[in-house]
Amino acid sequence: MGARLFGASVQRLEDARLVTGRGRYVDDIHPAGVVHAAFVRSSLAHGLIQSIDTSVARTMPGVLAVYVMSDFAAFASGPLPQLAPHPLIQGPITYEPLASGEVRHVGEAIAMVLATSRAEAEDAAERINLDIEPLPVAADLAHALDPDAPKARSERADNRLATLKTAFGDVAGTFARADHVLKETFTVHRGGCHSMETRGVIATFDADDRRLEMWTSSQSPYLVRRNLASYFGLDESAVRVRAPDVGGGFGPKAAVYPEEAAVALAAMMTGKPVKWIEDRSEHFLATTQQRDQIWELEVAASNDGRLLGVRGRCLHDNGAYAPYGAILPATALGSFPGPYALEALDISIDIVLTNLVPTTPVRGASRPSVAFVLERLADRVARHLGLPREEIRRRSFIRVEQMPYVTGTKARDGSPISYDSGDYTAALNLVLDKIDADGFAARRAEAASRGKLLGLGLASCVEDTGLGPFEGATVRVSSRGRVIVTTGAASQGQGHQTTLAQIAADALGVSLENVSVEAADSGKFPLGISTIASRVAVTAGSSVELAAQQVRRKALKTASHLLEAAEDDLEIENGVVFVKGASDVKVTLATLAQSLAGTAGMRLPGGIEPDLAATAYFESTALTFAHGSNACEVEVDPETGDVRITRYVVAHDCGRLINPLIVDGQIRGGVIHGIGNALYERMIHDDQGQPLTATYADYLLPMASEMPNIEIYHLESPSPRNPLGVKGAGEGGTIPAAACVISAIEDAIGPGGTFLRHHPISFEEVAGLIDTRTI
Amino acid sequence: MSDTRTISLTLNGAAKTAETDVRVNLADFLRHSLEATGTHVGCEHGVCGACTVIVDGQPVRACLMLAVQADGSTVETVEGLATDGALSDLQAAFSRHHGLQCGFCTPGMLMTLHAFLKEVPNPSETEVREAISGNICRCTGYQGIVAAALDVAASRKGA
Amino acid sequence: MKAAAFHYHDPRTREDLMGLLGRLDDLKLLAGGQSLMPMMNFRIVAPTHLVDLNRVDGLGGISRQGAEVRFGALTRQREVKASEIVANDLPILTEALDHVGHVQTRSRGTIGGSCCHLDPSAEIPAIAALYDAIFEIGGPDGTREVGYADWHLGMLTSALDEREVLEGIRFKPWQPADAGHGWGFYEYARRHGDFAIAGAGCLVDISDQGTIERIATVVMGVDAVPVRLREAEAALVGARPDRTAIAALVEAARSIDAMTDPQVSATYRRRLAGVVTERAVLAAFQRSGITQ
Repeated sequence: MGARLFGASVQRLEDARLVTGRGRYVDDIHPAGVVHAAFVRSSLAHGLIQSIDTSVARTMPGVLAVYVMSDFAAFASGPLPQLAPHPLIQGPITYEPLASGEVRHVGEAIAMVLATSRAEAEDAAERINLDIEPLPVAADLAHALDPDAPKARSERADNRLATLKTAFGDVAGTFARADHVLKETFTVHRGGCHSMETRGVIATFDADDRRLEMWTSSQSPYLVRRNLASYFGLDESAVRVRAPDVGGGFGPKAAVYPEEAAVALAAMMTGKPVKWIEDRSEHFLATTQQRDQIWELEVAASNDGRLLGVRGRCLHDNGAYAPYGAILPATALGSFPGPYALEALDISIDIVLTNLVPTTPVRGASRPSVAFVLERLADRVARHLGLPREEIRRRSFIRVEQMPYVTGTKARDGSPISYDSGDYTAALNLVLDKIDADGFAARRAEAASRGKLLGLGLASCVEDTGLGPFEGATVRVSSRGRVIVTTGAASQGQGHQTTLAQIAADALGVSLENVSVEAADSGKFPLGISTIASRVAVTAGSSVELAAQQVRRKALKTASHLLEAAEDDLEIENGVVFVKGASDVKVTLATLAQSLAGTAGMRLPGGIEPDLAATAYFESTALTFAHGSNACEVEVDPETGDVRITRYVVAHDCGRLINPLIVDGQIRGGVIHGIGNALYERMIHDDQGQPLTATYADYLLPMASEMPNIEIYHLESPSPRNPLGVKGAGEGGTIPAAACVISAIEDAIGPGGTFLRHHPISFEEVAGLIDTRTI
Repeated sequence: MSDTRTISLTLNGAAKTAETDVRVNLADFLRHSLEATGTHVGCEHGVCGACTVIVDGQPVRACLMLAVQADGSTVETVEGLATDGALSDLQAAFSRHHGLQCGFCTPGMLMTLHAFLKEVPNPSETEVREAISGNICRCTGYQGIVAAALDVAASRKGA
Repeated sequence: MKAAAFHYHDPRTREDLMGLLGRLDDLKLLAGGQSLMPMMNFRIVAPTHLVDLNRVDGLGGISRQGAEVRFGALTRQREVKASEIVANDLPILTEALDHVGHVQTRSRGTIGGSCCHLDPSAEIPAIAALYDAIFEIGGPDGTREVGYADWHLGMLTSALDEREVLEGIRFKPWQPADAGHGWGFYEYARRHGDFAIAGAGCLVDISDQGTIERIATVVMGVDAVPVRLREAEAALVGARPDRTAIAALVEAARSIDAMTDPQVSATYRRRLAGVVTERAVLAAFQRSGITQ
C-alpha cells in the first residue's frame, strides 16, 4: 500500500473549479425559459391579512403571474409538514408557502410575482397592495411569558411553545451541601448565519409525468425532497432535489423554507422553470437566525474550587414558527455538563414564541451559548474564591481515566450520553503553555506602559458530533478505473469531495486524482439526512470507508480468480492489483470493473456478483465527543473601549484528522464566527419587532482588518465509535470563542470591574465598564 | 419606462457586445448577459465585495456600477486569471493555503488581491488585511487568504 | 434588490449637462455611485431620470490655482489619495482618504459625490469644513460659489438646488512646508473603512514665539454635520500649544450635541469626540515641531 492520504494535508479537489470561476451555484443555472420570482413580504411583525390587491401588479410589463396562497389550492393547502417532529410541540407551527391569514414576523412572504426578469418581478411586487390589520407584537423575550404579554400567535393560549428539561444527580442535596452557591443571569444575542451566497431555488415540473425537479442552495436536499413530496402528495421518487455548489450554510440552510415550496408550486402552476434568488434584504428578514437566550443559573462549588452542580432555567427565543422542531433548544440540553464532572444538574428550557424570525441552529447551535454560561460560571467561581481560572477547571474537569464518561444526560433518542475519549486537562495545559500564560504578567505590564489594558481569556468546551442516524455512500470502480463515490451528504465548503476521496483512495490503492465524489443529488443517491451538527466526517466518511473496503475485498476476490493467486497474496497500488513479490502478475482495477460489468453470454468470474461497487450506510448510534480549550489575549484602549484580539490559540481534539489543512480551516473560520458573535454582530429589533440592523452597514461582520491569526494545536484521541476514529470539526472553533473573548475582556478590565454576563459586548459598554471599575 | 442600450466592452481580452436594460448593474450584466458567472453577487449594497471586478485597471464593486457605465471599458474577472488552463500564482496560492472553502467570496477576493499586488508588490500583513477589508469571507477566517497573498508577494519578489 | 426603472442620460459636454438640468424633472445625478447605487438597489431612491456625470468632459482633475488647490467634482477618491499635489499641500486629506471606504469604493467614489451626499461621518466634507473650502456650483442659469458654512445645510443636505451640479471644490492650503505648521487626523470606527463613530482633524500654525497663530479643529460623526470648534479655536490664538490648549478643544468637542442610534449612544459619541479631538490636536501640535 502506498503512502496514506488519510491524515495528509492534501490540497482540495474542489479548488481548481472555484478559483477559476467555474463553480456552479444555483444562480449560475439557467434552465431554458426560466422565469423569476419575487415575494411581497409583511412589513408588520404581527397582523391579520384583510385583503391583497394584485390587480395592478398583474398588468405590469413582463409579469406572468401573481400568486397568493389560495391560488395554490389545486396543489397544496395548509402549513408545511414538520421537519423534525417533537412530542412536546403540538399544533401547527410551520409556515404556509405564502401566509394566508395571520402574519407573524416582518419579512414573512405573502404574495409572489413571476416575471421575465427579477427586476420586473420586483416592479410588480411594489404595486401589490396589502391591507394588514395590526395585532399586538410579542418582541420582548424577557416578558413574553408574562400573563398579560401580547401573543405571538393568536391561536395559542400563550407564548410557551414547550418546556424541555434535563436533570441528574441529587440536585437539592448537592446545592444544600455545597460550600458556595452563586446565582447569575446571562444573556446571549440573536445573530445570523450570513453565508455569502444567500438562499436560492429553481424548480421545474413535468405535468405529464408529475415529476418535480429542484436545485436548491441547501444543507438538506433530501429533507427538502421528503418535506415537499409529503406536502404535495407526490411519491419521493417523483421529486429530484439537488444541491449544487453551495456558498456557505452554517445551519440555516438545513431548514426547509416556505419559498422552496412556493417556487415549486409556481413551477407546477405554470409548467415553466421558476427561479428565486434570495437577496440580502430577504436574508435578513426571512432566513432563520439564532439564539436570543436568557439563562438564570445557580452554580454549586466546593471550597477547593470544584464545580459540583448547575441548576436553572433558560428562556429561549424561538421566533414565530418552528419549522425545525425543537432542535435548537435541544442542543442546549445536550451540551451540559460540558467538560465538567458535575454531581448534579437540573436545567429547564422554555421555548418562547415571539414575533421575530424563527431561530434554528447556526454554527454550533446552542452549544456556544452553553459553553458561554458554563465558562462564565467557572470564571465566576474563580473570582469568588480568588483562585486562578485554570485551577477551577483542572479541579472540575472530567479526567481522562474516567473515559468513557457517562454524563447523566440523555441524547435526543433517549439513550444515555457518554463521552468517548479525550484528555480535557491536557488540552487546557497545552493552550496555556502555547499562549505563554506564564509570561502574561510581563506582557500586561508592557501594554500598561503604552496606556493599554491587556487581558487573557480562557474557555473550554466539549462538543457532541457525528449525530445519527446515518449518511450513506456508494463506492464504484468505473470501467476506466476511476473510483466514483456518491453520497447524500451535501457540502457547503467543508471540502468533503477531498476528504471522502482521501478515504476511498486509501482503501482502493488509487491516487486522489482518480477519485470523483458526487454528492447531494437525490437522483444519484437514494437517501441522505443533512450536513449539520459536525456529522459528515463521522457518518459519510465512515460509510465511504465501509463501502470502499467492501469494494476492495471484491476486487481482490475477482483478481484472485483472474490471476489464479490467493487473495492474501494480493496488493493494490496505483490502480493495479498484483501478486506481492511478483508485480508483473497483475490486473488493473479497470479490467476488474469491466469483468464484473459483464459480457453478453459470458459468465462472471468466480460466481461473484456484478458491479465492482458497494453501498454502505454507517449508522451512528452514539455521539462522539470532540473537545478543546482556547486562550486569547485582547488589548483594550481604555479611552475608546476598543477591543483588539492580539493572539488567539486553540488546542483542539477531534480525534483522528483526515486532512489537517481542512480541519484547521474549519476551526479558524469557526473562531472568527464566534468572535463576531462576541464583539460585532447585533440583530437589533425595536419593540414592534422591526429589524433595525438589516444591512451590512449596520450588522457588522468580522473583517480581515480586525481579525487575528488563529494558532492551532491538535490532540488526537481517536473515537472508538466509528471505523475511522474521527470526530466532527465543523463547529468546535465557534463553540468556546465568544466565552474566551468575553473572559479576556473581563480580565483586561480587572478584578475591580463588573462580572460580564452577556455577549455581544459593545466597545461602548467596555468603555463604561472601565470607567466604573474600582481599583 | 424601460430604456435599453447596446454596449460593447472587452471582457478578459475578448470583445463583447450585448443589449441591456439601463438599470442593470455590471455584476448582473456579466453574469446573465455575458454568461460569465464567476463574478458573484453577495449583498447588492456595496459592502461584501463578492462582486469585485477590475474595470480599466481598478478594482470596483460591480453591484454599484451600471453596465452602461462600462461601455467601452476593459473588464477583468476571475475567469481571466488563469492562462491556458494554468492557474495564476495567486489562484494556486489560495488553494495551497486553504484560502477558500465555499468559494463564493473567492472571485471577489482574488480580483481585489490581483489588483492590490500589482500596486503594492511587497505588502505587510497589515496592508494585505486592509486591502481585503472590503471583502467578507464567512468561511475561512481570512487567514489562508492573507497567507496566500503574502506567499505570492514573496515568491514574485524572489523570481 | 434590483433598481427601479429610470431613464438614463450620459451627457458628454457641460452644455449638454446644463441642458438636461434645465429640462428634466425628478432627476438624480450619478457621480461615483457608491452611496446612490445602494439606495437605488434598495429602492429607497427611484428617480425618473438618472443623469450620469461620468462622461462629462472637464469635471475631473486636480490642479493648483494660485494659492488654492482645485478638485474637479468627479475626481476619484483614489486619485485624491494618490495625488502628489494633495500629499504636499493638503497632507491631512491624503491621510483622511485612508479611512474612506475601501479600495473598491475609492476607485469609483468621487470627492464631489462625497461632498454632495454628506454622510455625517464622511471624512472629505469634514476636511472641507476644516479648510472652509469653496464649492463651485453650476446650473442652467449660471454659476455661483459658496463657502463650506453655506454649503452643508444639514443632515445629508447640501446647498445644491435640484437643477444644479457641483462642479469643483477649492481648498486653500495652510502652507504645510512651514516649520510652524502642524496637522493631525484621527478617527475611531469599529472596523477599518467603516463610517467613523467620531473623527477629528486639526490644522495649526505656530508662531516663532511658540504660540498658536491660527488653529482649526473639526469633529465629524458626532452631530449631523461636521462641527468646527470655532469659539475654542478663537480663544486659543496667542496661547501655547500645550495640554491646556488641548483640554479646551476636548471640552468643546465633548459639548457637541451628539446623535444617538440603536448601536451608539450620544454619551459615547461625546466621549469619543473628546478622545479623537485630543489625538488629532496632539498630532497637529507634534507635527508643528513645537512640542510642549
